[in-house]
Amino acid sequence: MSEREADVLVLGGGPAGTWAALAAADAGARVVLADKGYCGTSGPTASGGNNLWYVPPDPEARATAVAARFEAGGRLGDRAWMARVVDETYRRVGDLAAWGYPFPSEDGAEVRGSLQGPEYMRRMRRRVHRAGVTILDHHPALRLLVDDRGVAAGASGLARQRDAEPWTVRAAGVVLATGGCAFLSGAFGTNVDTGDGHLMAAELGAELSGMEFSAAYALSPAHGAHTKGLMMQFATYTLGDGTLVDVPDPLGARERIAELLAAGERVFARLDRAPAELREAMRQAQPNYFLPLDKAGIDPFRDRYPVRMVLEGTVRGTGGLRIVGDDCATTVPGLFAAGDVATRELVSGAVSGGGAYNGAWAIASGTFAGRGAARFAAGRGRPHAVPSGGAGPAGGTLDPAAVVAAVQAEVLPLDRNYFRTRDGLRRSLARLDALWRRLSAEGLAGTGRGRLRAREAAALTAHARWAYRAALAREESRGLHRLEDLPLRADLEHRIRVGGLDEPWTVREPPEDPRLAPPPVSRDDAPGALT
Amino acid sequence: MIEIVSRERCIACDKCIEVCPTNVFDRGADGIPVLTRRDDCQTCFMCEAYCPVDALFVDPRSHPLPAPPDERALARDGSLGAYRRQIGWGRGRTPGAKLAVGPALDRSTGPLTS
Ligand SMILES: Cc1cc2nc3c(=O)[nH]c(=O)nc-3n(C[C@H](O)[C@H](O)[C@H](O)COP(=O)(O)OP(=O)(O)OC[C@H]3O[C@@H](n4cnc5c(N)ncnc54)[C@H](O)[C@@H]3O)c2cc1C
Ligand code: SF4
Ligand code: SF4
Repeated sequence: MSEREADVLVLGGGPAGTWAALAAADAGARVVLADKGYCGTSGPTASGGNNLWYVPPDPEARATAVAARFEAGGRLGDRAWMARVVDETYRRVGDLAAWGYPFPSEDGAEVRGSLQGPEYMRRMRRRVHRAGVTILDHHPALRLLVDDRGVAAGASGLARQRDAEPWTVRAAGVVLATGGCAFLSGAFGTNVDTGDGHLMAAELGAELSGMEFSAAYALSPAHGAHTKGLMMQFATYTLGDGTLVDVPDPLGARERIAELLAAGERVFARLDRAPAELREAMRQAQPNYFLPLDKAGIDPFRDRYPVRMVLEGTVRGTGGLRIVGDDCATTVPGLFAAGDVATRELVSGAVSGGGAYNGAWAIASGTFAGRGAARFAAGRGRPHAVPSGGAGPAGGTLDPAAVVAAVQAEVLPLDRNYFRTRDGLRRSLARLDALWRRLSAEGLAGTGRGRLRAREAAALTAHARWAYRAALAREESRGLHRLEDLPLRADLEHRIRVGGLDEPWTVREPPEDPRLAPPPVSRDDAPGALT
Repeated sequence: MIEIVSRERCIACDKCIEVCPTNVFDRGADGIPVLTRRDDCQTCFMCEAYCPVDALFVDPRSHPLPAPPDERALARDGSLGAYRRQIGWGRGRTPGAKLAVGPALDRSTGPLTS
């Protein structure tokens, strides 16, 4: 049993967690960061890279960007938050530059709008280490600790490369940065993101928001899970017999392809619209798009290759823990949330934040949360902490792998989750609720390292139930939530909160406070979600 | 999915064991990593990026190949450790991040790395 104390404990070491650790350390806190995997390689930013919502400090350009994003997000975002995130992201990317990140140059000027994953996260790790933060790799957290007043007070888990030795860190402030939940779909880099943080927080009563916007799918070659989307702007799509698929525009192709795949068609892509003179630059920009194809013997400019759609859930979807303060406080005192574990509705509204906004959100919210937790910790004595939570640690008989498969059967198929129907959602929910009752009653099997698998299975189940419950509460189609042929409804321009484990609930949230918002600026070329 | 740990090249530095986000490897008795939890591989290529001697090969398919690929052939055509080379890691190479200026998307201004 290893025991530690810290002012601030950060759970998760992706971009959000590392920025949070840096901000907390900078504010003078003693920080411990624990990651399920390895801080520096774990999570989709490390493997996939991040294009950023990066807008230099020109007031007009920023106002325009914010206004456009607000409209693109189905008017569910929060313009004051967007402005803060743009500003914070710009400053922190400036830090990266000052620390020597090798940004590319074009026409003599540094281009800072995107970050290559392995390089970015390797540097973040080094920085966190130099800031004096204790990094615990392969230390998944299984549950949070609370004090006798219900204030978050640390976490405990197991060290999976040390014979599953239990660990506990007592801390006066806790930042959750455990990422979203991609339901173990295999989308590269996302299998560490199983919604553990959401579950741990919900056990302390935390609320979520935006969970109906969780049906994010991305295209990958059919044989694999490299869900890199940007090069697909150069694709033409064909059916098995070579018939051209008529798509509105390359970026809008996804919906049409989803329809065809859901109907059981095989769909093929070929990047033959890429101008020859761009092809070398494309390769250099995204080796992780091209190398997997090269290795499979496919020349994407020449060959047709079959594609599929892989669920990325709340990683490139939008829902997560509800944020109630500028410091990224959750509804649980002492518990702060950053990155994908938090709702990104504030910057994305109803649409995906992949392709720019999520990466910026991870940087900004991580910084806000780290600072917030440090401030909270400074005003609090050393807490007397007791464990909370039940679904994980208690051993039982249900096989976690079977639970995962049962949840996946409800959420992975396009005709259940991408194209939602009220009847279908109700049926899925009935099965998922029954599954939850069983795993609560019978417990999940597994000892040692197997406790992590049990915990992940419980987290996936809870996540699916919140997503589908929120989906049923939104009787329209908006952004990532496509419900039958129901159109968008002006009277539903509000967020939906969801929460609870044994007795899940939903409630509508009033729209953004108009007094906080900058005046709307009209603009017609709103950028879409560029994933 | 991870296919090859080259016994010829591996220097038993444990780096891949440390960095694999899904904890696929264990240290073998002779120091060479073994693929104890291969089913957990998420084909993220991170081990290939970190191995200092290009001893690893991750195949892009999400399922194991019916038969392991021919290590000699992969070594010959530079496929072992290809990801490390392409992102410009390792001595004497230019970091790939420096070269990552792709074509701009119609409606965006930035380079592409999503
Ligand atoms: C292929 C792909 C490409 C993308 N491209 C872009 C892009 O170009 N622009 C953009 O804005 N966004 C993009 N995104 C989204 C972006 O990658 C995420 O929003 C971002 O990684 C979120 O950062 P995070 O730190 O919150 O979570 P993650 O990066 O997911 O990190 C979460 C960390 O928490 C750890 N963890 C999980 N559970 C536990 C636990 N129980 N205990 C301890 N640690 C735990 C994990 O190991 C992981 O290290 C992309 C996503 C994908 C899948
Ligand atoms: S490809 Fe990724 S998940 Fe697979 S073994 Fe290598 S580091 Fe681990
Ligand atoms: S990183 Fe490479 S050299 Fe080091 S143990 Fe792994 S395979 Fe061997």
